[in-house]
Amino acid sequence: MLEYVAIALLIALALVVALAAIGLGYLFGPRKQSAVKAQPYESGINPFGEGTRRMPVRFYLIAVLFILFDIEVVFFLPWAIAFRQLGLFGLIEMVLFIVILLVGYIYAWKKGALEWE
Amino acid sequence: MMLSDWTLWLEWLIKSLVVTFGLLTGFAYLTWYERRALARIQARIGPNRAGPQGLLQPIADAIKLIFKEELVPAKADKTLFFWAPVITMIPSLIIAAVIPWGPAIEMFGRVIRLSIADLNVGVLYLMSIASIAVYGIVLAGWSSNNKYAMLGGLRSSAQMISYELALGLSFATSIILANSMRMLDIVEAQRNLWFVVVQPVGAVIFWIATLAEVNRAPFDMPEAEQELTAGYHAEYSGMKFALFFMAEYQKMIVVSAILATLYFGGYLGPFVDRFPWLGPIYMIIKIVILLFVMIWVRATWPRIRYDRLMAFGWKILLPLSLAIAFITATGILLADLSGNPLYFWAIPVVSVLAGLFTVAVIYRELRRKAYGRV
Repeated sequence: MLEYVAIALLIALALVVALAAIGLGYLFGPRKQSAVKAQPYESGINPFGEGTRRMPVRFYLIAVLFILFDIEVVFFLPWAIAFRQLGLFGLIEMVLFIVILLVGYIYAWKKGALEWE
Repeated sequence: MMLSDWTLWLEWLIKSLVVTFGLLTGFAYLTWYERRALARIQARIGPNRAGPQGLLQPIADAIKLIFKEELVPAKADKTLFFWAPVITMIPSLIIAAVIPWGPAIEMFGRVIRLSIADLNVGVLYLMSIASIAVYGIVLAGWSSNNKYAMLGGLRSSAQMISYELALGLSFATSIILANSMRMLDIVEAQRNLWFVVVQPVGAVIFWIATLAEVNRAPFDMPEAEQELTAGYHAEYSGMKFALFFMAEYQKMIVVSAILATLYFGGYLGPFVDRFPWLGPIYMIIKIVILLFVMIWVRATWPRIRYDRLMAFGWKILLPLSLAIAFITATGILLADLSGNPLYFWAIPVVSVLAGLFTVAVIYRELRRKAYGRV
């Protein structure tokens, strides 16, 4: 557990570095705000509408698929550590697990969830 | 070892300071190195005015950025806008905590390990911190209230999570080879043979996936200048922009260090047992070579289209990395069970065949698309 204290120390140090960098800019940078400067950047034309608008549903699809397959990777890791002790039984077990997942993968592919048109 | 031992705290503090300032200096000179190398590849000279060979250029850049005005868009979410660069920068620094820079050395009567934390779940730590990195980018894109930034952030998150799968599986491949998640054990397992020899395809997949993770060319869609101006950091200026820049280059250094550790023998090299101080030097040499490859890739390949980028991640890298992990595990198991090392040497052969098959499939698909009737 001691090792995690060292990491906490490093996180604190990283936070200090990041805040110090912003602080330096705050100290030395000019601050002359104006209405035009505060507009969102849109390549020079007058901005129209909201900046955060509705996004394509594809991104949600990717997120859902990611959760599915990331859990697969998470299940993969303990097996990767212990597969020598588990032997052939573990390998077959893992193949079965992956085959079940592959069915879902092929389904998603055939449904066009992986297409970007 | 107790927490009340002040020398332990001192050791941690010194190590953390060394890693932090090492990475900061590395970042500064990586920008210089990249500009010089790119210029050489494109038959230009590059920055050579500030100091000898332009060596003072990073310092000049830093001073310039400090004196720049920081703009905050009126409709931006002020809190998130402030914290997004910080959240991006911290993971890029702390991910270096588990990388071993050399064998343990003895100094002041105590054994000092050349890594900040020698976690027994080192690889898991790397994976978790690598996935945290996406938050800062998404928050930056969303909080700016800018269409370009929003699109850049979205693209970046989709791309990073897609390539994280292949990345995770190639982490798993090196775990399978080393039979441990400790970074030190993974390095020591490569004493006789670097893992890149046993599993060249795994190393290549890891390399491609990390290029996508750190948003480098040819996968730098989130900041594609021609279509999104600057992507998620379009609204950032001054030192907040510098933090994003810093995060990107530190991530480059760190993923090169991780690849060197997992597949290229880490700090191992000739005479490293007799002179432990050679460890960090070998490490740095390997990192610089890998960084040069990154820059070379940027100079050589055009950016790939977004639909192809996603298709490549999901339809090619994911199944291939899964197959590679299974080939590795099967080879090792068969060699264990039968006692015949020939099975172990089947791993690189079968993997390379699988890799070649994949390349052939991509080539055919691209040709079909290029010449086919729509």
